[in-house]
Parts: sequence; C-alpha cells; structure tokens
Amino acid sequence: MKPFDYIRPATVAEAVAAAVQPGAVYLAAGTNLLDLMKGGVSRPDRLVDVTHLDGLDGIETLADGSLRIGTLVSNADLAHDANFAKSYPAVAEALLSGASAQLRNAATVGGNLLQRTRCAYFYDTASRCNKREAGLGCDARDGENRTHAVLGWSESCIATHPSDFCVPLLALDAVVEIEGRNGRREIALDALHRLPANTPERESALEPGDLVVAVRLPPAARGFATHARYLKVRERTSYAFAVVSAAAALRIENGKVAEARLALGGVAAKPWRARAAEDVLKGVTPTADAFQEAAWRALTDAKPSGDNAFKIELARRIVVRALTLAAAGTPARIPALPASPFASTSGAIHA
Amino acid sequence: MNHSISLTVNGARRDFVLDDPRVTLLDLLRERLQLTGTKKGCDRGQCGACTILVDGKRINSCLALAISHDGADILTIEGVARGDQLHPVQAAFIAHDGFQCGFCTPGQIMSAIGMMQEAQAGNDPERIRECMSGNLCRCGAYAGIVDAVLEAQTGMDESNQRRSA
Repeated sequence: MKPFDYIRPATVAEAVAAAVQPGAVYLAAGTNLLDLMKGGVSRPDRLVDVTHLDGLDGIETLADGSLRIGTLVSNADLAHDANFAKSYPAVAEALLSGASAQLRNAATVGGNLLQRTRCAYFYDTASRCNKREAGLGCDARDGENRTHAVLGWSESCIATHPSDFCVPLLALDAVVEIEGRNGRREIALDALHRLPANTPERESALEPGDLVVAVRLPPAARGFATHARYLKVRERTSYAFAVVSAAAALRIENGKVAEARLALGGVAAKPWRARAAEDVLKGVTPTADAFQEAAWRALTDAKPSGDNAFKIELARRIVVRALTLAAAGTPARIPALPASPFASTSGAIHA
Repeated sequence: MNHSISLTVNGARRDFVLDDPRVTLLDLLRERLQLTGTKKGCDRGQCGACTILVDGKRINSCLALAISHDGADILTIEGVARGDQLHPVQAAFIAHDGFQCGFCTPGQIMSAIGMMQEAQAGNDPERIRECMSGNLCRCGAYAGIVDAVLEAQTGMDESNQRRSA
C-alpha cells in the first residue's frame, strides 16, 4: 500500500477543505477503499477520515414525510431499523442481500453509493483499464466479460456498478445531499453516477472536495411499502455481487397498477431506471402478460458487450419475477435468503 | 508523523503510537499485542478469518484502519472465555466438531457471537447459514458449524427464559 497522510477533520467544512487537495479521498469504513489500496488500484496521497464527524449517522423523518439517512449510517443499522424496513422493504432487502454481515456492519450509506466497479480488469493492475487510468485501453472488451454491462456501455468501458442498495433507492427517486466547496446542494441519485462514454475514469457528478452527507427518500416512496421486492441473481446464493438484479415497486389501487417503479442492477455503469417499463404498467391490471411487456420495454436498448447476451434474457426474466412477487405483496418478514429468486415465498406465482 | 490512539482490547485499555497510518486493526492485534488468535486469511475482506467485535459489532479487522478506530472497544477470541470456562459458542464448536484444521475457527466463533447479539437469525438454520456466509471454511466443516451455532443460540434462548421466569 502506498503511504498516505491521515487527516481527521473536526467539522464537515474542515473535511471538504482537506479533501479538495489533489490526491485526497474520503475514508468512511474503508471496506472497499482499503481493499483497492492494498491491491494498488487506488493510490491516494491523503485520507480524510469522516467517521468521527458528528451529525452524519442519523435516520430521521422530516416534516414533509421524507426520510433522511445520514451518510455514516451503516448498511446493517439501516436494514435492521424496524421502521425503515417496514416503509421501504425493497431497500432493506437489497441491503441485506449485499456483501456479508461483517461488511454490512462496517460499510456506510455514502460508501455504498460510491463503491467502485468489481470488473476484474479494473482490479488487476497488470491489465489495461480506462477507468483506472484514462487512455490505457480496456482488456475486458476481449476478456472474461460474461458479467459485464449490457446497457449504457461504451467501447472505452463495459464495467458495471455493483451496488444493490442503489437499485431500489433509484426506483424510489432518492436524492443525494452533497456538501462541497460552495456549500450544500442536492442531486437526484440518477444524476450521481455517470455512464462511461469516452471518460470512464469520471464515475460520478462529484467535484473535488464533494462529500455525500445524506440520502433522502421523498414522501411518495412510502406509498410502495406493501408491494415492493428486490431480486438478485448471483453466482452463489449469498455473499456475491449481482449478475443481474431488479427492484420492483407497485402502487395498486382497485386491482390496477396506479404507479410502477422499476430499476435494474448489474447491467450498467450505474443503477438503471427502466422508465419505459414503468409507463407501460400504469393503469393496467397486474398480469403476467403486462409484466412480460414491461420486461421487454426495460431491455429494449440492451446489447451484449461480450459473452453476456444471456444477461439480457436473464434481466427480462428477473424483471417479470420481481414484478410478480411485488404484485403478490411484500412478505411480512424479509426472507431467510434476502433477494434470492430461489427462495420460496408464499403467495408468489413463479414467472 | 506519529499518531497516538487508545483502544480497549478485551477489557484492558491500550495506548499505541503509530508511526504509519497504514496499520490495520488486524495487524495491530497480531503484531503489537501478539493476539494471534485473530487470523489473517485473505487480508481483503473475503474470508472472515479476521472477524472481531468492535463496539459490539462483528467486522473484518483486515479492512479497518487502526487509526480510524481510536477509542473503540474491541473483543477478540482471546477475550471471550472466562478463565478456564469456555464461552458457550466455543464449547458448542467442540461438541459439534465445528472445525477441522481450525484456521477459520476464531473468526467463525467471533462471527457467531456477533450474530447472536444481532438477533436476526434466531434458531432458523437457513437464516444462520445466511448470517454466517461471511466466514469461509476451506475444510468444509459448515454442517458442524451450523449445528454448533444452533446449539449455542438455543442454549442462550433457554437461559434467557429461565432468567425471565
């Protein structure tokens, strides 16, 4: 690991000032960053430790009914917060389907949003990777790429964003609060992560010094609590990143879909909102045919980036299954195997 | 630049001067305190052999910078028994052959203790397996491990019932 300077700021303003410097990065739990530093993939000159800052680890309901989640809340504390899990069950299920219990205890909200891709060529410093070093080339294009992107990729980069948490957050229109050099601002989660185009090294809308301080769920996000699921296909049932995942949330009134939300994970360099699929579900009876149509709409623009054409059909099927399970109703308790499509759930019609 | 930190390790306060911020909790325990029960397996957060409790919660000590945990309360495998009296999870691992080579065992036991405190799995074997998935066992002693955790959990439930009766 390359040597670095360690800074422990006393305030958010001090943190931002310290992190504006070239070569500086924020340290939260470090579950992703330290791994990358040990592998020589990330080589920061300065770590700005935000874990001792006050006021960033709360979960609070605001006057308008929004929920504000501090950036330092751990993935486990959030998923196990009873009110949170009841109001936003797909988000809790996604959190519990990610990583291991040890990692969830440490990993933070902000860190989860900003975790790096798991592309093996990004991790292997002997390989060429445009994301790790601009202009180097991409060895994933002609390499082992069966798990790589099928949406929004470019010739420069076919990596995917690995977060589970972000997928239902995106479906529920989450907002990211950022403290930067010019004070506080907020952006839609959909605008936080960037598609690669010709600059895959630029992964987010964040500027030097920008610190994610909170994630907010708008009042309408609670309206999906009774019909929401997250499903995730992995190479093994637990402790693995998504090959493909989907968050589905429905608001059903008088037997019709009043509103649908759908987002996909593991398919692109960012969590992927499927608005065309949402539109086609509005006002229809929640049937298998309607969900099939939505799944086709969700993947209309998909194309293989290598040996991964199977992911397109897999994504369609996981969309149908997630919508089917969401329509059947949120289970009273998160299943023993969170987000597993192989877990039996009473009332579910198997797609 | 030197950094001073203090930790509570297995109930005793310990002060350290770190001449390099790169040291992890895992290396601090093993190299500075000779608490070698906490194992370095993958050193990358993938195997769980380095599991310890920090402020009551199980984490991978290989991915935790010591300097960032200034003031933390740490429990390692060396701190779970009371003298010669094994922790119930330790005793259950012996009773159920929850190991073969033993390398992953301290991490398994610390993870199980953390899991029982989290109270999410109860005595459901499927939930126990899921909640213990962060601890790999290359010998494949998983069946014994799940049985051991189940027995320890059941024993704790019964003891709590007796206490509240």
